Amino acid sequence: MSVLVFIETNEGEIKSSSLEAVCYAKSINENVVAIMAGEASSKELDILGKYGVTKVFYNESEALANDSQGLAEFIFSGVEKEGADLIIIARSSLADSIAPKLAIKAKASIATNVVDLPSSQSPLTVKRGVFTGKAFATVSLPEGRKVLTLAKNAVGLKESPSSCSSEKLGFSEVASPKVKRLSVEKATGSILLPEADKVVSAGRGLKGPENWEMIEELANTLGAATACSKPVSDMEWRPHHEHVGQTGIKVSPSLYIAIGISGAIQHLAGVNSSKTIVVINKDAEAPFFKSADYGIVGDAFEVVPKLTEAIKRVV
Amino acid sequence: MNILVCITHVPDTTTKIKFVDGKELDKNGVQFVIGPYDDYALARAVELKESLGAKVTVLNVGKQETEPTIRKALAIGADEAIRIDAEPSDAIFVAHQIAHIAKQNSYDLILMGRESSDYNGGLVHGMVGEMLGWPSVSPCMKLDLEGTNAKMQKEIEGGKELLEATLPLVAGCQEPIAEWKIPNMRGIMSARTKPLNVVEAISVEGAISYNSFDLPPERSSCKFFEVDQVDDLVNALKEEAKVL
Ligand SMILES: Cc1cc2nc3c(=O)[nH]c(=O)nc-3n(C[C@H](O)[C@H](O)[C@H](O)COP(=O)(O)OP(=O)(O)OC[C@H]3O[C@@H](n4cnc5c(N)ncnc54)[C@H](O)[C@@H]3O)c2cc1C
Repeated sequence: MSVLVFIETNEGEIKSSSLEAVCYAKSINENVVAIMAGEASSKELDILGKYGVTKVFYNESEALANDSQGLAEFIFSGVEKEGADLIIIARSSLADSIAPKLAIKAKASIATNVVDLPSSQSPLTVKRGVFTGKAFATVSLPEGRKVLTLAKNAVGLKESPSSCSSEKLGFSEVASPKVKRLSVEKATGSILLPEADKVVSAGRGLKGPENWEMIEELANTLGAATACSKPVSDMEWRPHHEHVGQTGIKVSPSLYIAIGISGAIQHLAGVNSSKTIVVINKDAEAPFFKSADYGIVGDAFEVVPKLTEAIKRVV
Repeated sequence: MNILVCITHVPDTTTKIKFVDGKELDKNGVQFVIGPYDDYALARAVELKESLGAKVTVLNVGKQETEPTIRKALAIGADEAIRIDAEPSDAIFVAHQIAHIAKQNSYDLILMGRESSDYNGGLVHGMVGEMLGWPSVSPCMKLDLEGTNAKMQKEIEGGKELLEATLPLVAGCQEPIAEWKIPNMRGIMSARTKPLNVVEAISVEGAISYNSFDLPPERSSCKFFEVDQVDDLVNALKEEAKVL
């Protein structure tokens, strides 16, 4: 058996979620082959080798970067070359676009949003998040080729050193891709929300966009990403890509701090698989406290700066 | 222009999810609605119909119980409906049904939600696009047409991309692509007589099977700290939860 893992980079660095995918693959099969768009220099080989990848297919063509159609074709050529019967991809906005195209191309069955290691290898049986974070389903994939996409933190990082070789895989550039990218707007340097290990989120209780400075400061102190509730992005206090919940991003960080958010069921749906939840709300009756591990009943404007200072004292 | 809008029939977002013996959803007392993302897709289709002129067909893969949801889509402004008479058991199954219908008709645009709020596969748009050889974009936050040219905004981590493609195409929609529409009285009346065609499903291989369901573990009760005990909270995060 052979397992192929798609490796995604952000600002030139291999994403930690892709390394989680490698560890996931490694726990299923000794031989793990990776595939990535971009250069596989010694830096990439070192880090992939550290987690147990034995070979990485790569192609540095610019046309491949961020083109889900091209990437689906590229990954498929890796699948055929390696004779892989299982393909593992960490979820991301790019991965979510690649996965369905790849599954059809590779005539594979697919389970997305997988949250845990398989409970059985044959048939391959995994747990996936359903009902928007409100439940889990255990599913079995039929015989044949399979694709899994992984939720963040489906498995922890574990080193398993091996030496990693690289092999350039041909890729025929299409003259005119079906979807043309005209422009990109992307925050640089900040921690990407779906990738973040810690998230500081604030809601309508903050009163206005001008009050986000203290939220950002707390986030910076923790090395956390910032997030918000839906009304906050609806009112354009914060950009839409920070909105978490039923209709926004689903996050599963190790720490989620909710400030001035009431805890509506649609908000909880996107955040309740966080490992530890801290709620700060001035209303002791706020429903969010029922889903929290730790809480402070108090005014955010008083608590947040104090909390930031307290964290600075220990980290 | 012909637009196909694919909708799911899912529990209302306020539903407290429960299962019967961990095997199937407990539908008792659950109100079913058009999937919230599909609702955006439908609203955008109706807007395009109003501004550019289009025929909007809504499609659902589901058993007869989904018909009230389909009628609601007709009341919102779709012109006719197709129900493929089968349980929507898996993304591959549903995508094959949609592609099969699309091949017999000449749609310019297939819209649906970015994912269903029950099984959250997020796969059907990409699969249908691949099956038809059409471009597909998801999650699509903006879609504007000029002739057969479509300009779209796609959400990515930390930002957005502006994309361009030529019709026909498939888009998986999310807010703020359109404002949700509420059916008016006239819409509700006319929906009763709009055509709703029921067709048989084609058979499909490769679907995954659902064995059982479970709920996330309950959180143990919340530990409270006073406003002047932030140091104790930080200590608990460090020593007890081990997240700092
Ligand atoms: C179909 C559908 C989908 C939805 N999807 C989402 C979604 O994806 N994500 C989402 O977030 N919502 C979603 N919602 C909206 C959701 O129902 C709630 O309306 C929303 O989450 C409330 O946001 P909030 O908690 O910021 O605001 P509010 O409910 O207004 O809560 C503000 C909170 O701040 C507290 N507060 C006020 N002042 C202070 C202060 N000085 N210090 C501390 N606390 C203070 C208040 O006590 C209150 O609890 C959806 C709704 C529907 C119908």
